Amino acid sequence: MSTATRTLRPGHALPSTRRADAAPKVTGEFAYSSDLHAAGMLWGQTVRSPHAHARILGIDVVQARAMPGVHAVLTHEDVPGQKTYGLEFADQPVLAIDRVRYFGEAVAIVAAEEPEQARRAAAAVRVEYEPLEPVTDPEQAAEMAPLHPDRPTMGHGFRDDARPNVVRSMVIRRGDPDAEGDVAVEGVYEIGQQDQAFLGPESGIAIPDGEGGVDIHVATQWLHVDRDQAAPCLALEPEQVRIHLAGVGGAFGGREDLSMQIHAAMLALRTGRPVKIVYNREESFVGHIHRHPARIWAQHRATRDGKLVAVRMRILIDGGAYASSSTAVIANACSFAVGPYAVDNVLVDGLAVYTNNPPCGAMRGFGAVQACFAAEAQMDKLATALEIDSVELRLLNALEPGGMLPTGQVVTGSLPTRDVIRRAAALPVPEPEELPREAIRLPGGAGNTTRGEGVRRGVGFAVGFKNICYSEGFDDYCTARVVLAEDGSAEVHCAAADVGQGVSDVILQVARLELGTDDVTLASGSTARVGSAGSASSSRMTWMAAGAVQTACRAALDERDRSGGAVDVERIYRHPRTYPLDPETGQITDGRAHVALAVAAMRVVAEVDVDLGLTRVVWIGTAQDVGNALNRTAVEGQIEGGTAQGLGLALMEEIQTRDGVIANASFTDYLIPTFLDMPPVVSDLVEEPEPDAPYGVKGVGEPPTVVSTAAIVAALRDATGRELARVPVRPDDIAGL
Amino acid sequence: MRVSITVNGEVREAEVWAGESLLTTLRDRLDLPGSKNACEQGECGSCSVLLDDELVCSCLVLAAQADGHEVATVEGLADDGSLHPVQDAFAATGAVQCGFCTPGFVVAAADLLRRVPDPSDDEIREALSGNLCRCTGYQKILDAVHLAVER
Ligand code: FES
Ligand code: FES
Repeated sequence: MSTATRTLRPGHALPSTRRADAAPKVTGEFAYSSDLHAAGMLWGQTVRSPHAHARILGIDVVQARAMPGVHAVLTHEDVPGQKTYGLEFADQPVLAIDRVRYFGEAVAIVAAEEPEQARRAAAAVRVEYEPLEPVTDPEQAAEMAPLHPDRPTMGHGFRDDARPNVVRSMVIRRGDPDAEGDVAVEGVYEIGQQDQAFLGPESGIAIPDGEGGVDIHVATQWLHVDRDQAAPCLALEPEQVRIHLAGVGGAFGGREDLSMQIHAAMLALRTGRPVKIVYNREESFVGHIHRHPARIWAQHRATRDGKLVAVRMRILIDGGAYASSSTAVIANACSFAVGPYAVDNVLVDGLAVYTNNPPCGAMRGFGAVQACFAAEAQMDKLATALEIDSVELRLLNALEPGGMLPTGQVVTGSLPTRDVIRRAAALPVPEPEELPREAIRLPGGAGNTTRGEGVRRGVGFAVGFKNICYSEGFDDYCTARVVLAEDGSAEVHCAAADVGQGVSDVILQVARLELGTDDVTLASGSTARVGSAGSASSSRMTWMAAGAVQTACRAALDERDRSGGAVDVERIYRHPRTYPLDPETGQITDGRAHVALAVAAMRVVAEVDVDLGLTRVVWIGTAQDVGNALNRTAVEGQIEGGTAQGLGLALMEEIQTRDGVIANASFTDYLIPTFLDMPPVVSDLVEEPEPDAPYGVKGVGEPPTVVSTAAIVAALRDATGRELARVPVRPDDIAGL
Repeated sequence: MRVSITVNGEVREAEVWAGESLLTTLRDRLDLPGSKNACEQGECGSCSVLLDDELVCSCLVLAAQADGHEVATVEGLADDGSLHPVQDAFAATGAVQCGFCTPGFVVAAADLLRRVPDPSDDEIREALSGNLCRCTGYQKILDAVHLAVER
């Protein structure tokens, strides 16, 4: 039996859809990283830059050190090893050295007996700054003085671009991008900067082991990459830095980069005491990277009967002060720029730049969100120009297996684009609601300001797709370890981070199925006990953890058959290999650049009040290509939650900056969708097994976020007749029709 | 200053800072970290508790204000090891993902059902609109409240 066809169905191995961690989470017992305590613990606090760009002339810690309860005040001089770190490029100082490049950059750290003492001492650290002109306009960044003169991202196989402040520039060129069609549509689109806004702020505790090493308990997405970044900065061997997964209060990409890990460890090693750091909400807004704001120009050409002839796009993303994963985000934005459509002639020009704006990196959808917003608006424009039904236009151009991506990659796995489009389009839309009605069912909700005279209704549709797992030749693997006891019970180790998506249940489900016993426990994730799982990101964790646990379970059973008794085996799983893109043409250099793809289509009914500029999303129906759904409830939960984040970007979420300084770092000023903002979501799961994945699974977390912003704004365009080329859509964009 | 608060039926005493919130006292001094801190501004409801039977954001209440009063937290909801019907329903419907919002939601939902035994969708949405959840999109939370009514 091939692994892909081996069946694993909801309920097969799990007694119910109840999460293993549901009970401790509903009772309040579940220990999040911010809940941890250790005997003799100190509290850490970070001193941060009030400037987006400044030279540091001096740091005076004398007064702070002398304050009551204070045990340490550390600066860059106290970083024991390498002074900089980074997820892919070590371009970010652990503590600022001679210059700060963004608002909120860490400059010094303090440890004290009480949190209040630590806060006061942090406020007493005197930093002398000479403010510099901040680079805030990404359009101009490549002509301004370099923020990183040593150009840390160059020379990694990317296109060589000599302009200052270029993180990565990309070209994807296929066929003849100048090919003429019968009609052309053009647009410029803009996407604001979104925050992950996970509810559990960055936090953790570092405990010195008394032998020079340190244990760090933290909420993260990838334990081993945290370790591999922290160890050199602490001048320790990787084995001396043990990262343990503490309860994670959401992640969405925002915990891929380090936050307090190295700082807490430095303070713990210096003081010999456990040190806990917990960011508050305001600090969290500068404590992690954000979704890249983007500007996209697009031109689509098609024949009179609606066949796409050529697509040209320019994509500019603002990476902010440090590289983080910008090089991969721009590659994704370019790879998926056209959407899941077949077109022979393509030119996509992508640029990620450094600025003094807040640093950007991974967030759910990872470049595909921004591209989808532009590409789907273009498809609607084209449908209007051609007077073709917009769903028909998408069906006509749908990319399916056997078709080619703009990178020259032939789609070999599952990609049921037409099925997904048809099924989403077939979901019955609710009837318009009569007026007058309860205020809570009007745009603006319970505000009770009008009786709905200005309400208009619109229906929108969009399709989006994205890669599953890591791409472009990245060595993407996941490790699992299975310990079988004499009594037949089993313990599974896997460092896959359960960030709320429920990967722990997938691991247990797979292990119980493979081992043929329910007597399986999952040990908590730790770099001390098992190899790397890779990151809980890129919609990869279900696939990769299932593959690793399946492989390790089968190896453990073989081993027991051979040797009898207790066994302990560790195995690594890799998905089929991917290859880099040619740096000059963006074409594949071998095989495929992305191992698999997933597609979602969404239909949205929205109302706007054109007098008030307010919106109400009434109903969302979606069909999503989910592979074989291991746990239907969990899949729906990803779709509903992912859709809510896309709704947030469409309607309300944007980090506002002035001269690089964040102006709305709170939940009072940065709004995320509430219960009243979210409509019912109907999900139709299109279950076509992915041939390359264990049990035919696919990742499901990102496609709903990719497609929902585009689909919601399409409904608003239908309601208003306006172009609405920028998200989040503001009341002014809608009012006064 | 010293405060004495009846928490989940038990009289507890703590030495607190003058400006300390009830949330901080519960979490850091009384070893009751079930109530969560996600904003400290009254915007997210993660810290919801009952103060003399009234639903409040414990981040907006001073510990000193709770001195001599009764507080019920998420830790007190389950009865002798068996989950409160709201807790059980949250676990059953998939209303819990990362779970950081969950303690606040179950406290607020239990309070809603005490006041309104069979709320409509709109009543649930409105009553729980002060609680933010970043993971679920709220739909399964709605399902959970309805399920709790049935039980
Ligand atoms: S922490 Fe109290 S409302 Fe957010
Ligand atoms: S489950 Fe994560 S915030 Fe609600």
